[in-house]
Amino acid sequence: MSKLNEHHPGKFHGIWALTKRELKKWLKEPIILLMAILQPVLWMGLFGKAMNIGNMFSSGSLSLPLVVPIPGSSLIPPQLGDAFGNIYVDGSYLSNAFANLGPTIMQGIFGVKDYFSYMAIGMISFIVMFTTMFSGMSIVWDRRLGFLNKVLSTPVSRGTIIFAKVLNASLRAIFQATIILILAVIFGLQVSSTFTVVNILGLYAAVFLLSVGMSSVFLAVALRSTRWETQMAIVNLINLPLMFASNTFFPISQMPDWIQAIARVNPISYLTDANRQLTVLSLDASSLMVDFAFLGVFAAVFSVIGIALSWRYLTK
Amino acid sequence: MSEEVIKTEGLTKVFNKHLTAVDHVNFSVKHGEIFGFLGPNGAGKTTTINMLITILKPTEGTASVLGFDIAKQHDDVRNVIGVVPQEYTADEDLTGLENILLCADLYGIPRQISKERAVDLLKLVELTDFKDKRVETYSGGMRRRLELACGLINRPRVLFLDEPTLGLDVQTRTATWDYIRRLKKEFGMTLFMTTHYLEEADALCDRVAIIDHGKIVVVGTPEELKHSLGGDIITLSIKEDHDVSELIRSVENVKEVKNENGSYRIKAEYGEVTAPFIIEALRKKGYTVTKLMLTEPTLNEVYLEYTGRSMRDTEESVEAFRTQRMTMRRARGG
Repeated sequence: MSKLNEHHPGKFHGIWALTKRELKKWLKEPIILLMAILQPVLWMGLFGKAMNIGNMFSSGSLSLPLVVPIPGSSLIPPQLGDAFGNIYVDGSYLSNAFANLGPTIMQGIFGVKDYFSYMAIGMISFIVMFTTMFSGMSIVWDRRLGFLNKVLSTPVSRGTIIFAKVLNASLRAIFQATIILILAVIFGLQVSSTFTVVNILGLYAAVFLLSVGMSSVFLAVALRSTRWETQMAIVNLINLPLMFASNTFFPISQMPDWIQAIARVNPISYLTDANRQLTVLSLDASSLMVDFAFLGVFAAVFSVIGIALSWRYLTK
Repeated sequence: MSEEVIKTEGLTKVFNKHLTAVDHVNFSVKHGEIFGFLGPNGAGKTTTINMLITILKPTEGTASVLGFDIAKQHDDVRNVIGVVPQEYTADEDLTGLENILLCADLYGIPRQISKERAVDLLKLVELTDFKDKRVETYSGGMRRRLELACGLINRPRVLFLDEPTLGLDVQTRTATWDYIRRLKKEFGMTLFMTTHYLEEADALCDRVAIIDHGKIVVVGTPEELKHSLGGDIITLSIKEDHDVSELIRSVENVKEVKNENGSYRIKAEYGEVTAPFIIEALRKKGYTVTKLMLTEPTLNEVYLEYTGRSMRDTEESVEAFRTQRMTMRRARGG
């Protein structure tokens, strides 16, 4: 004779079981894991090293003739110049002067002397964004393959189903961020003087907050969707614009006003800024607080929306 | 314990405000029986089952499972039911054992207990040797058995089976029937299943409801339903070229006689008893019976009688369904 299910499950049971399922799936697929490592290697290796912006501002990028004409200026007495008011300076002097100027320009624009350090931390945001954007795909697959229906017929709450997906995306993002950090150090990341090992925990916290917010957004979009093509289309449409309208690869200060306006509400900018302050930039407590406040609100608002929508929409 | 395990009252589901999938359905399932929902694809079987297992909200009407209201007490319902869905829902990337334990976790069963149960269930569905193999290496029959094991992990009192043998070959189908019969016997479980295989409903179900266009057409035991058609069919031919319809009609229990070009199609109650009387009556008048065939009505005839359609009309869409599922699996693997 069968008995009632005597284990009355609590409100949040199943979160870890569902999260573990997806992590297991992920870890069981060595190719996916390899890609997760290869992708940042390629990006950092090619993009970070090939776009050697630091080198642009070094003497090496100047091939000056021996003597350089400099247009006359009111500061220079006219008798020092030629008939047209031009002065001639030995190119090597200029070259040396520029070599000292270059790092100052880099420091002024990027906040770091080498572009690679700037870009490598941006890569963390890039990978977090990609990982979480595709989290909506898994719910579409679960729906199509019937797994979602099976879970819905068990006493697991609807919010739990979504939260497990969010948690899974966040843990994956943290894992990938770790890989990037390790690779970046190998490739020559230069940390600032304010960096301590504890800062890595701060970086993880920031990554977690953005992951929670982003994956909630994309899961909410995918809640009723049965077509993964729709998800792909949405993700492909917005991922690159969202990335380039942020400080991920280039400083906001150098952008036109209208892009700056987007970048300033783009949560990715806040993650990147927080991460840079915690690693390669010197830490400014007040702006770091602003970053975390923004990321915290973003995560809270969208995860609440996601869970509320899941109650509404997972049961038709 | 209440005699009625499942009870519906005017259960209705309307999709997108105009597509009525289930239309004021009333039925009840008694404790310990196998209740079959028979109908073609699109008749509303899966929609009904999805409402009963609380993943669809009814538009109108109510239903209860073991006394729990499916809309208001859905967590209680979910706790006491087991579900074996139409699709293969097991995670292909995990092993059979991992899948069963995952299901157990979703019911909040402590690991210690779920491990013991998993061992028993794997033995029951004969997958013990394959428990550590990934599900993607399983055959269709093995997957179906795994689904069965997953559906039983919480020791449900009511088990819902949605097309349990869809797409299985004949041997696997018969084997699955054996499992289902054993479940009923060993666990005293109440089973609610949908099917569009008539022989399946006939072989397994204690009672059958025929559903068409979202409405229940008739409910009864397979025997009752067949009996309601008015008896067996006797087909016979005689050597002589003479119409004997009247003579046959005079035999007791014969209800209807049709002469179809010298072959007589006779509807009679208790065909196996009536047939000798007919032969005897014909011989007395000097006629020689050359051929005789006795057919008991199958659910196919019942189905035809009540829906006006043959079950075979739906076979094509089953193929389409299977093709779609294959494509999905390929797309996923690629």
